[in-house]
Amino acid sequence: MWSRRIFLTLLSGFVLLPVYVMVSSSLKPLQDVSGEFRWLPSGLTVRPYFDIWETVPLAHYFVNSLIVAGAATVCSVVIAVFAAYAVSRYRFRGKRLFTVTVLSTQMFPGILFLLPLFLIFVNIGNATGVALFGSRGGLILTYLTFSLPFSVWMLIGYFESVPRELDEAALVDGCGPLKALFRVVVPAAVPGIVAVAVYAFMTAWGEVLFASVMTDETTRTLAVGLQGYSTQNDVYWNQIMAASLVVSVPVVAGFLLLQRYLVTGLTAGAVK
Amino acid sequence: MTLTTASAGTRAPEPAVRKTSGAGRGPRRPGRVRRTALPYLLLLPALLLEILVHLLPIVIGVAMSFKELTQFHLRDWGAAPWRGLDNFRLVVDLDGPAGQALLKSFVTTCLFTAASVGLCWLLGTAAAVYLQESFRGRGFLRALFLVPYALPVYAAVITWSFMFQRDNGLVNYVLHEQLGLLDSPSFWLIGGNSFVALLTVSVWKGWPFAFLIVMAGLQNVPREMYEAAALDGAGRWQQLRRITLPSLRPVNQVLVLVLFLWTFNDFNTPFVLFGRAAPEAANLVSIHIYQSSFATWNFGAGSAMSVLLLVFLLLVTGVYLFLTSRERRVSRG
Repeated sequence: MWSRRIFLTLLSGFVLLPVYVMVSSSLKPLQDVSGEFRWLPSGLTVRPYFDIWETVPLAHYFVNSLIVAGAATVCSVVIAVFAAYAVSRYRFRGKRLFTVTVLSTQMFPGILFLLPLFLIFVNIGNATGVALFGSRGGLILTYLTFSLPFSVWMLIGYFESVPRELDEAALVDGCGPLKALFRVVVPAAVPGIVAVAVYAFMTAWGEVLFASVMTDETTRTLAVGLQGYSTQNDVYWNQIMAASLVVSVPVVAGFLLLQRYLVTGLTAGAVK
Repeated sequence: MTLTTASAGTRAPEPAVRKTSGAGRGPRRPGRVRRTALPYLLLLPALLLEILVHLLPIVIGVAMSFKELTQFHLRDWGAAPWRGLDNFRLVVDLDGPAGQALLKSFVTTCLFTAASVGLCWLLGTAAAVYLQESFRGRGFLRALFLVPYALPVYAAVITWSFMFQRDNGLVNYVLHEQLGLLDSPSFWLIGGNSFVALLTVSVWKGWPFAFLIVMAGLQNVPREMYEAAALDGAGRWQQLRRITLPSLRPVNQVLVLVLFLWTFNDFNTPFVLFGRAAPEAANLVSIHIYQSSFATWNFGAGSAMSVLLLVFLLLVTGVYLFLTSRERRVSRG
């Protein structure tokens, strides 16, 4: 099939081009990335990979991002599991209202609630002394709700594909509903949960808008910190590329390892 | 292990039921009461967070759009004077600069969204269909195609902004130096070309999501349908038109909507690509609102624009869901 070969080759080229630029430029000396573009480096160097930690406090941003994204993922998954279990296994008033409301928050432009959220966080801080603005806690709270609607939605579909008889049997055997959830439904829905966790982590790791407004020097995440490599006089493109590569490795590796789950999770959940 | 005990329970439900109803008559009642409250308890964390981070800010945002919120009132926004529809009048007044700028940005965003969603869908569907049959390297390609989706937005977009640099970028080098398609190196991140640059990055980032969803959707199409069609003498093209695309319809309904909303609201891509000041040709609405709010410190007007944007998105979504659901019902019945 020639059309397939041509199409897939072109598409692969399109996909790989920036990846190639990122990898090759990160191994180039500064004059190679300041002057005219070159496909091949004039000489290979790994210095950018050492310099990136000096030019900006990258390790610090890295830790911040890990804490924020990690905590947001764990909380988001646990909360989504509870909510999805309630929706898929119980009949109650307001069920439809809940699912529709949660889903429709997906359509809200982030810009719409950036400033109000900022005001709420500041007011909560003034009233209770809990510093949400500028803290990791505020960012965690925000990010976990970003991934929550999609996670709930996907897990509902996934839980519905777990036969009801399984947890009903567990209930009959004397398990409480929560025990049935964690002993029966959750183990059977692991692929869906993994998919949701991957999604939540990626969402939190990549967010820019709220990170640029809601963090200060001590809580800055990678999304904002990476912009520190462009100084007034000189842009260290080789270091920027090296840093981009370094911050991408954890998510890309995790994603590629777990993408199988994501596909099966989507098949059972979102696509229903 | 839990699975085996559970299925054992399914196989022999009778004695189990008798055991619980016999032994647990006493504590059964409070158990019932707790069970009706339980779904609400389970939903509570999700509900509280959605209210705190999504719904409450939207209510406040709507309230802000009716207030005079300039730098004089920002400190104590509750005390800012109410201005009725003044902010809305200001931002939709097509004779004034604010209204014209918003309209321009809105049209740009619509064109950008239509082009990006169309291309993302096309590339994603084509790739998923081509990868439907197994061949050597299929798994590798599938993983490769998901890389743009997995890369953090800022890392990918920063790389593209490097490629689009006028003097040291790859794009000008290839188009001008190597292929001679351009007479002189052109600017990609300012001026008219910035629309193309933004579209390229957006499609590069966005199409793998369409690919992922369509691929998942295709796994639900029974293989026998293709075999039967092939026996009946249907070619590849016919199979695509008669089996694949119709089976994807429910998937596409959601996919196109989600792509539309994400693309229309996209802030991260233009923000990282252009920095705070986006060029006019690529001034998407969300960037426009952000920029004009923080440039003039008129958050009342900024909120009014956000509210208009939300109303527009609600309308489009409502009409879209109504039309596509009706179409589905008609084609089914």
